[in-house]
Amino acid sequence: MADSYYDPADLRKFGNITEWSEELGTKFFDYYGKVFEEGALSAREKSLIALAVAHVVKCPYCIDAYTKDGLQKGITKEEMMEAVHAGAAIESGATLVHGVQMMNKYNKLSM
Amino acid sequence: MATKSLKARHNALVTDNKQLEILESGIFENGELPYFKDKIAQIGQFPLRPKKLEILQINVGYMCNQVCEHCHVDAGPDRKEIMTRETMEQCLEVIRNTGAHTLDLTGGAPEMNPNFRWFVEEAARAGVQDFIVRSNLTIIRANKKYYDLPEFFKKYNIHVISSMPHYTRGKTDKQRGEGVFDKSIKALQELNAVGYGMPDSSLRLDLVYNPSGAFLPGDQSALERDFKKALMEDFEIQFHNLFAITNLPIARFLDYLMASGNYEDYMYSLVEAYNPSAVENVMCTNTISVSWDGWLYDCDFNQMLGLKVASKIKHIKDYNEEVLTDRNIIVSQHCFGCTAGAGSSCQGSVT
Repeated sequence: MADSYYDPADLRKFGNITEWSEELGTKFFDYYGKVFEEGALSAREKSLIALAVAHVVKCPYCIDAYTKDGLQKGITKEEMMEAVHAGAAIESGATLVHGVQMMNKYNKLSM
Repeated sequence: MATKSLKARHNALVTDNKQLEILESGIFENGELPYFKDKIAQIGQFPLRPKKLEILQINVGYMCNQVCEHCHVDAGPDRKEIMTRETMEQCLEVIRNTGAHTLDLTGGAPEMNPNFRWFVEEAARAGVQDFIVRSNLTIIRANKKYYDLPEFFKKYNIHVISSMPHYTRGKTDKQRGEGVFDKSIKALQELNAVGYGMPDSSLRLDLVYNPSGAFLPGDQSALERDFKKALMEDFEIQFHNLFAITNLPIARFLDYLMASGNYEDYMYSLVEAYNPSAVENVMCTNTISVSWDGWLYDCDFNQMLGLKVASKIKHIKDYNEEVLTDRNIIVSQHCFGCTAGAGSSCQGSVT
């Protein structure tokens, strides 16, 4: 066992999850592969969305994977950073919009 | 940014040919990753055998005006290995009699060979169907004596294939040196001006994209679309096709991978992306590579690793296509670079 929770080498072993549940693992990876194919959105656009989400869910494996994927697709660092900001803005917005709930409760409880 | 070749820096990778040792040991030797020959044996392709010869690729010298960080040739201004007129004569004899439909001149910067123009004129006379010169673009702007290259190429109906790592300045200059982007743009505009790369033009202008780092090229057609859009919008530049080429772990790119701690991950990426259907069309099955001193190789990469063809015929002066075609192609783990994803060759993807 590794002495830390995240080991970069574990990303290469992601596919191994199928070994302990072949049907679900296979279905997941088929679905995953399909999602990132060219569609109404380009593979490039989906890669940037994935990168933004990777940051929001704070998944180090996903950040490594989609930084590399972005490079492979010719995405520039400026585009990548803007995508991260888009994710961060939604995440902080999601926190701040709860401020309305706080204000509502405050007003309700106050005379 | 390096200014000297590995050879000039006396780097052991090239001076003692440590490259093959590295490619045969480590994660391959300890069984973490499979050997290339075992992978292709699974689909009945080992030993790998040539098909009909289609492309004669001639490296007219390792001298170059650039010192690109990823260069598998380890080319640069300090490289003095240049094809002599005598060897060119031997090549011409072969060009006149070969069954290959494509002649592909590469380097270094082939234009820096003092006999380059004479060689092109003579070779063009042989009536090759597709006559390629791999031009790095900046050479056209490097010195006054090269300014007329677009016209020269046009005169002999040369198919120009040029490297362009990215459509942004930052990425291009990081890989190929300060100022390379602006010079390349200027050179492309000049090629367009004489008719190269224009829609419906018979003057073929293709670009080569190879990644500027330890990652694989993405989908060739998507990259071509992005390049076309950006170069048109920003510089009104047009070209025909984009070839996405995978960097192979050889010479300066191998040195970079090792120095940056990316070697193992990169080899994993290549092996993971192994595509059995790409094996069918790897370029060594239809190409012969000739070095500046006339030796014959399965490909330009094997040339840089010093792996001469496994045939009785090893030199252009003894050339015999029939005997040469009856040989086993020499493979090692660098070959995973040509079978990754959509496959990779000097003509781009192979699937």
